[in-house]
Amino acid sequence: MSCCNHTHGVAVGCCGTAETASEITPDQWAEVHAVIARHKDTPGALITVLREAQDVVGYFPPELLDCIAEGMNIPASDVFGVVSFYSLFSLSPKGRHTIKVCTGTACYVKGIREVINRIASEYGIREGETTEDRRFDLEGVRCLGACGLAPVMVVGDDTHGAVSADKVLELLKKYT
Amino acid sequence: MREEYAARLHAPNMRHIFICGGTGCHATGSIAVKDRLVEEVAARGLGETVRIVETGCNGFCALGPLLLVHPDNIFYQKLSADDIPELVEEQLVHGRQVERLLYRDPQTKKPIPHFGDIPFFARQQPWTLRNKGIINPESIEDYIGRDGYLGTAKALLELTPESIVQEMLTSGLRGRGGAGFPTGMKWQFAQRSPGDVKYVLCNADEGDPGAFMDRSILEADPHAVLEGMIIAARAINAHQGYIYCRSEYPLAVRRVQIAIDQARALGLLGRDILGSGFDFDVEIYQGAGAFVCGEETALMRSIEGKRGMPRPRPPFPAHKGLWEKPTILNNVETLANVAQIMINGGAWYASVGTEKSKGTKVFALSGDVNNIGLVEVPMGTPLRSIVYDIGGGIPKKRKLKAVQLGGPSGGCIPEAHLDVVVDYEEIAKVGAIMGSGGAIVMDDRTCMVDMARFFLDFIQDESCGKCTPCREGTRRQLELLEKICAGNGEEGDIALLEELSAMITESALCGLGQTASNPVLSALRYFRDEFDAHITHKKCPAKRCAALLDFTVNAEKCKKCGKCYQTCPVQAIAWQKKEVAVINRDICVRCMSCFEACPFDAID
Ligand SMILES: Cc1cc2nc3c(=O)[nH]c(=O)nc-3n(C[C@H](O)[C@H](O)[C@H](O)COP(=O)(O)O)c2cc1C
Ligand code: FES
Ligand code: FES
Repeated sequence: MSCCNHTHGVAVGCCGTAETASEITPDQWAEVHAVIARHKDTPGALITVLREAQDVVGYFPPELLDCIAEGMNIPASDVFGVVSFYSLFSLSPKGRHTIKVCTGTACYVKGIREVINRIASEYGIREGETTEDRRFDLEGVRCLGACGLAPVMVVGDDTHGAVSADKVLELLKKYT
Repeated sequence: MREEYAARLHAPNMRHIFICGGTGCHATGSIAVKDRLVEEVAARGLGETVRIVETGCNGFCALGPLLLVHPDNIFYQKLSADDIPELVEEQLVHGRQVERLLYRDPQTKKPIPHFGDIPFFARQQPWTLRNKGIINPESIEDYIGRDGYLGTAKALLELTPESIVQEMLTSGLRGRGGAGFPTGMKWQFAQRSPGDVKYVLCNADEGDPGAFMDRSILEADPHAVLEGMIIAARAINAHQGYIYCRSEYPLAVRRVQIAIDQARALGLLGRDILGSGFDFDVEIYQGAGAFVCGEETALMRSIEGKRGMPRPRPPFPAHKGLWEKPTILNNVETLANVAQIMINGGAWYASVGTEKSKGTKVFALSGDVNNIGLVEVPMGTPLRSIVYDIGGGIPKKRKLKAVQLGGPSGGCIPEAHLDVVVDYEEIAKVGAIMGSGGAIVMDDRTCMVDMARFFLDFIQDESCGKCTPCREGTRRQLELLEKICAGNGEEGDIALLEELSAMITESALCGLGQTASNPVLSALRYFRDEFDAHITHKKCPAKRCAALLDFTVNAEKCKKCGKCYQTCPVQAIAWQKKEVAVINRDICVRCMSCFEACPFDAID
């Protein structure tokens, strides 16, 4: 069963729109629909659905937002309102590796600013941007809760403590 | 059952190795250390007498990966997998300590083998953190062996809802999430609210930068939090609870989910808990990254699946909360105290602390301090003792400038007021707040104007934008501070900052805006001369604001080591052996690398 009673061919999107430009694969659509079906009757589950859908697709292209709105029976404008409010959600495609640099107080006091500057100048990206080759996203996060290791940076699932401007480029080399 | 599990924890002929599996130690490689340990112990056939337990955060994260050998209580730090064969051979086979892996006193450099002799631990009073580092957080048996669910059993089988609330009132426990509202009173309001459907929520959003105690509690002792929620639910007659946890805490989410599943399996959650006829269940709700969602009304909106916008109070959540039903929201640390209060009584809890602040408080000590980690002390402990006796003082013989308490709603306490004791009212008197307990130590290289700018940047980022004072007012403040840091400050800027602060504090909708100016006001209160130096003399005394630095090498201080030359990313520094370095300011991009790298403070 799908969210909005449409079948999903490769070229036809959730809600009947032609989807030639979409990067969402049929498998991903199927997973998204499973997510919606699992939660559609739970009040307040929108954020959970969005989180799980983003895990599948990586970000929110417009057709995905439309599909979720329809499937959850929530106005598209409300869905967009929620997506744009929370920092976890992204409206643009992400890089292969997300670098989350902690910009919390402890990390700031211990010199995260220099680390960010070094990454920014090496890869030509600022906070919130993705490198042209989609290798890295640079994201500022307000305290990762590992302040004991400040300054802290998370790349993908790996937490790196006590990073320094000196060593950070070396450390990023293995993420290709 | 409890005796059996307890016996397992204290079996006389067994060695227990508690290896830290908190987020901090995971990041420094504790998983590899543990794997190697399991291998070595098996290879030597010690499996029968050695039990390896992966615990939650031990509290001394900066020294990770670390482990504790019980019952000898030997503490090992900064381990790597390669240290393990020697450690197993010496400590476990021969009972000898491996000196090079022991903790050393930062001053005397002497090794201190016994856990209990290390000042960082010896001066603490672990009540909330009583199980940290000595149980497997993924084992309900371990927890039960440490009196787990005894408090729940007492509350459900012996006490009435009224007497639960009474114990909480007697204990004097105040909310550890920031505001310090008496927990018993909050529960009493919700208890008296009419309605069949009520909710108990746990605030595990932990948005304050510099705070990580809630994370550690969830990772090290998740059942303690569940117990707090069950007892609260019983007190107000709620049947459903939610733990609102931020998605940046995946390990906490995983361990709490395991705890919930185990509790359900043993009939400690769900229908007819312990045969008492009382039903209660808990679900985790993962947040999506918005600081304001830690605010109670915003948090409830967020659980309803909407934008996390706060709303004016009253009505208070105790009357109209989640889905408009009576609701209590408590912080993780608050809830982790509840079961102990049930077991030992409110009067026991109130026997420690000051007149108005009872029990103990956990601080997340970080920044420019030797011993970084979690610190739990009785209320009434002087801040100086936390920083120097437990924290081991400031590294590199630098001078302490201030301790920042209470996150973006808090303030900084300068050296002159460091004898203030841990107590909600006393801390407020010196212009900070207890907050959630993040204590960030700053040495003399911190610029207080820059810190004020930092906090406003945070607030600007995190303001939900619903009310104008917070959205626009703090932006104006941030612009002013950026201008001052960039060297363009003018006379009158400080007055304008103060005026804006007063206005925003009075008119903002929620706690975020109402307290947004605190860091600025507290910086102005104690460090006004630094503001003057920036504005009038165009100098940054702490040498943090790049725009106000000259970037020249001070020939007198320079020891010709070449560190600056090696670190400069743009080759703006000329240096030869035995020569003073020279900075070419046309090439220099003011990235501060040389400044950070110089061991002799020779860059001006
Ligand atoms: C902007 C803002 C953010 C907050 N963030 C948190 C938080 O991350 N964790 C928390 O426990 N309380 C936070 N609080 C306080 C909560 O609103 C609430 O007072 C608290 O969770 C109640 O629990 P307690 O009484 O046990 O402290 C925040 C408050 C405000 C105004
Ligand atoms: S401030 Fe960076 S992890 Fe907390
Ligand atoms: S994570 Fe190991 S001591 Fe904190």
